[in-house]
Amino acid sequence: MQISGAQMVIEAFIAEGVDTVFGYPGGAIMNVYDEIYKQDKFQHILNRHEQASVHAAEGYAKASGKVGVAMITSGPGFTNAVTGLADAYMDSIPLVVVSGQVPMSLIGTDAFQEIDAVGISRSCTKHNYLVTDAKDLPRILKEAFYIARTGRPGPVHVDIPKDVTAQIEEFDYDIELDLETYKPHTKGNPRQIKKAMEAIAKAKRPLFYLGGGIINANAAYEVREFVHKSGIPAVETFMARGVLSHDDELLVGMLGMHGSYASNMAMSETDLVIGLGVRFDDRVTGKLSEFAKNAEVIHVDIDPASISKLVNANYPIVGDVKNVVVDMLAQIEKIDSDNYESWRETINNFDELHPLTFHEDSERLKPQWVIQRVGELLGDDANISTDVGQHQMWSGQFYPFTRPRQFVSSSGLGTMGFGFPAAIGVKAACPEKTSINFTGDGSILMNVQELMTAVEKKIPVINIILNNNFLGMVRQWQTLFYDKRHSETDLSVQPDFVKLSEAFGGIGYRVHTKEEFDAALKDAVEKNVVAFIEVIVHRMENVMPMVPAGGSLFNMMLLEKKESK
Amino acid sequence: MTENSERRVVSVIVINEASVLSRITDLFSGRGYNITSLTVAPIPESKYSRLTIVTSGSVRVIEQITKQLHKLIPVLRVYEHADMVEKEVAMIKFPASENLSDIQALCEAYNGKIVNAGENTIIAMVADEPKRINNFLKAIKRYNPKEIVRSGAVALER
Ligand SMILES: Cc1ncc(C[n+]2csc(CCOP(=O)(O)OP(=O)(O)O)c2C)c(N)n1
Ligand SMILES: [Mg+2]
Repeated sequence: MQISGAQMVIEAFIAEGVDTVFGYPGGAIMNVYDEIYKQDKFQHILNRHEQASVHAAEGYAKASGKVGVAMITSGPGFTNAVTGLADAYMDSIPLVVVSGQVPMSLIGTDAFQEIDAVGISRSCTKHNYLVTDAKDLPRILKEAFYIARTGRPGPVHVDIPKDVTAQIEEFDYDIELDLETYKPHTKGNPRQIKKAMEAIAKAKRPLFYLGGGIINANAAYEVREFVHKSGIPAVETFMARGVLSHDDELLVGMLGMHGSYASNMAMSETDLVIGLGVRFDDRVTGKLSEFAKNAEVIHVDIDPASISKLVNANYPIVGDVKNVVVDMLAQIEKIDSDNYESWRETINNFDELHPLTFHEDSERLKPQWVIQRVGELLGDDANISTDVGQHQMWSGQFYPFTRPRQFVSSSGLGTMGFGFPAAIGVKAACPEKTSINFTGDGSILMNVQELMTAVEKKIPVINIILNNNFLGMVRQWQTLFYDKRHSETDLSVQPDFVKLSEAFGGIGYRVHTKEEFDAALKDAVEKNVVAFIEVIVHRMENVMPMVPAGGSLFNMMLLEKKESK
Repeated sequence: MTENSERRVVSVIVINEASVLSRITDLFSGRGYNITSLTVAPIPESKYSRLTIVTSGSVRVIEQITKQLHKLIPVLRVYEHADMVEKEVAMIKFPASENLSDIQALCEAYNGKIVNAGENTIIAMVADEPKRINNFLKAIKRYNPKEIVRSGAVALER
């Protein structure tokens, strides 16, 4: 079939089963947009900023498990998208991002809207391509999708000059990929797996340390089986929320900087860490030399570079977590769950000593209550995304997650402005679930233009703005570590969030009480349109417990015990 | 990183394609690793090139470098050399007024010779281990070298 480069892009998307493309047109990508106009195989969602297009593609990818796709123009279109690429790279999200480029003849001449896009994206993508000949396009697009979704997933960027999208060549997508230099390890080494299982059988206080890699590998249900059959308690990273259900008796909680007391203590006391799809991030480990100090480490990960990068692994296993866990389950009879009875009790005692909780306040709603309440009212029926800040940590702590892919949040990069566009992508992938975005009064303004996208495409995302009139997370650090000098974090001057939503054609609520909140949420879910629910919450609430940056996990600042009134 | 920093030689086999070199050097600069020397040339009758990189770092840093290099899509293989034969070429330009036979004799001791003699200058070339090249360069200082160029090391595992 002889077709243009632009048509090849469309045909490749169709062949890859793409049903949604997020994007924004411009000069260099117009040939491709012309072909989008002529087809009806996939929908195109016009975000109102290229950063939002990439975040939406991330939300879509995370919720669906498929490769997310975004399309942008050259120059400023591309540079706007860079934050999204970096975000996806940090959180290992499979994306293919196609950008237009100035024609080949103009590359290197500082042409209008020319930027060295592959030069910029090199350090924040898994791989990238500058296509110089349409003959290469079928292979490159096929490789891009393959590389994005295999191994440790990540974003792949394909930059296509305008004349290449006009060039007519033979298109054959039915090609065998020959990636001699890219062969991800997927099967774990059987000898190492056997040794690891023996170590687990011998351990007295083993602990599962579950990470986001489990969700990427679609291994959550195998991991659940492993946890239940072994009777070994588990802690989850922020990215792993939903691997175990919140009510699982063996789930201790989330660990790390804002992890629960019991989780962080369990990690400090364990004699064997069973790390699955984790990367020992500094927000998780605290001071490295004190992290799981008395423990041996089993580390299963698809990325050899993650293993022994920060913490030495006694039992390194490179492979797809799902395959490895299945192989481990085949030897589960080695493990006797009764052996860990007293260890489970020790952990329960930790939890009783300092449970994860908060104190209600008679004057103002507490943000934690709001999150918990959404959990009670919607629970499993909602998919949750968040922005970045205190509300994000409280979402990780207090939402009752029941399943993998229920939770989408910018973990590695911590990108304010992620939540709303990501929730649009989540809703596009899972229309049957309510899409909730927990956001802050700071973050929501960083991609607020997405109100227009959501209203136009009738994508009813409910944004719950936990309004503390502060850049709360930064304010918390200032309160605790900068002697209350609240430098440039006071957001007392604010828009009218209700009117703001209404101005774009959404609906808005401002609530102060529990009753008002329940009524607003119920109404928003029923009306099924784009909504802002602005909740006026306590201004000075801190996220607790907290391990100060660089401190040891067992040295937590804890919630003050409630003063008797 | 204050652990023992040592000199290391790493060879990388890569697909010979546009931008592959910047992928590799970006990886070093983005992570704050230093490159002491770098040589690249195509491997005959293949689609690959071979890079020899001399760098320095602790065992842990080198292990990370090796793994990160391997993660790059066009990288086929990474060798961190332990037992290797390592060589480097240096060329030196002297004023023609210097003592030719002295220089000639010195060069021979370092696997080299005079490769060009012009009206005003002579050019000598030696090929030896990088450490010995250092010694050679010290020894020829008194002949007033005008220009020195080193190729960077290449290495083969024994
Ligand atoms: C793009 C970006 N800029 C700055 C930051 C630093 N930062 C982290 S949390 C935060 C405050 C967020 O405020 P808000 O959205 O109101 O959430 P809150 O913490 O109040 O819940 C800031 C400024 C960031 N993470 N991302
Ligand atoms: Mg705030």
